[in-house]
Amino acid sequence: MKTDDLISALTETLAPVPRYAALLWLVEGIGAGALVSFVAMWTWLGVRPDLATAMTTSAGWMKFGYTLALALFAFWATERLARPSASARAAIAGAIAVFAVLFAFASMKLMMAPPAARMPMIMGSSAQVCPWRIVILSLPIFAGTFWSLRKLAPTRLALAGGVAGFASGALGAWVYAFHCDESAAPFLLVFYTFGIAIVGAAGSLIAGRVLRW
Amino acid sequence: MLAAEAELKSLMVAGLAGDKRAYRVLLTALGQLLRRYYSRRVGPDDAEDLVQDALIAIHTRRATYDADQPFTPWLYAIARYKLLDLLRRKRVRATIPLDDAGDLFAEDESEAALARRDLDVLLAELPLPTQTLIRQVKIDGLSMQEAAARAGRSEIAVRVGIHRGLKTLSDKLRGKEHREDG
Repeated sequence: MKTDDLISALTETLAPVPRYAALLWLVEGIGAGALVSFVAMWTWLGVRPDLATAMTTSAGWMKFGYTLALALFAFWATERLARPSASARAAIAGAIAVFAVLFAFASMKLMMAPPAARMPMIMGSSAQVCPWRIVILSLPIFAGTFWSLRKLAPTRLALAGGVAGFASGALGAWVYAFHCDESAAPFLLVFYTFGIAIVGAAGSLIAGRVLRW
Repeated sequence: MLAAEAELKSLMVAGLAGDKRAYRVLLTALGQLLRRYYSRRVGPDDAEDLVQDALIAIHTRRATYDADQPFTPWLYAIARYKLLDLLRRKRVRATIPLDDAGDLFAEDESEAALARRDLDVLLAELPLPTQTLIRQVKIDGLSMQEAAARAGRSEIAVRVGIHRGLKTLSDKLRGKEHREDG
């Protein structure tokens, strides 16, 4: 086809694009995924019975706060990386800062605890299942996010995929926090972050195939 | 360059709002910029393919342009992405391990045998809707509009579909099977 014909064809079917179309696509994909993930958590694992009590403690808030803050910064970075030439530096720095705060807090808690209590604070009672449940609950969000990203235009595929996977993992971990009854910061730091990082690595690995355009 | 930036940006913003006249001016100007960009970097055949690829990408992914940001970096990020994509495809092709070298020699034959190869076998490599479109337009002689009406798709979808389909076929004939890989 001649390039001039192509230009004519593209022009003929031009439709207006709403101002926030790209952002809305992302929110749609993430939102639909999060909904499925929440229903899955509810039917498969169930919300912890003492959720109302847990929310009166700082430990309860810390889990929701950490995961949600990570998710927000990482999704912001995803939105940036979905656009050619946009910079995601500030957003990624935000996510790193969230991790650093929990790292400092958990280290402090460990140092203050008697040595014999340290290992239990890290391992909790669900270390074996926690990261995998987070991975599973992240899958719908992961699928929704990548579905959205395929319509956008990431140019650094491995980075965009990794950040999008990390964001999906963080939101999946937030959903899991409704079930999980662990309360120690070191556990959260190690096993929540591990689960989230697995999803991020998966996103980075498949990005070259899935996100190409 | 600064004047061009302001002008292109205002055309793009108008295009995003649905102004076809501005959009045509924009695409025509971008076609020239892209041609200059690519012809410095690849051969003439690849250059025109890349210009078209980039224009289609600019069109279908125009929602990713953020009007708060400058336009030309967005444009050249897309141009560069399409260039790297092509170079990577070629590199993949250039580094096929020795074990597969038999395929390399078979390629020459397949190019010479282009005319002999059964059209059905070739077309079968494409998705069914694309096959139908190519048959209707390129073999049965329907116009783009007619084919679009039959398929219940927009004319541009049909045009782009056919363009893509033919490109995939010619890539396959030239032995670019690794196109979809890494």
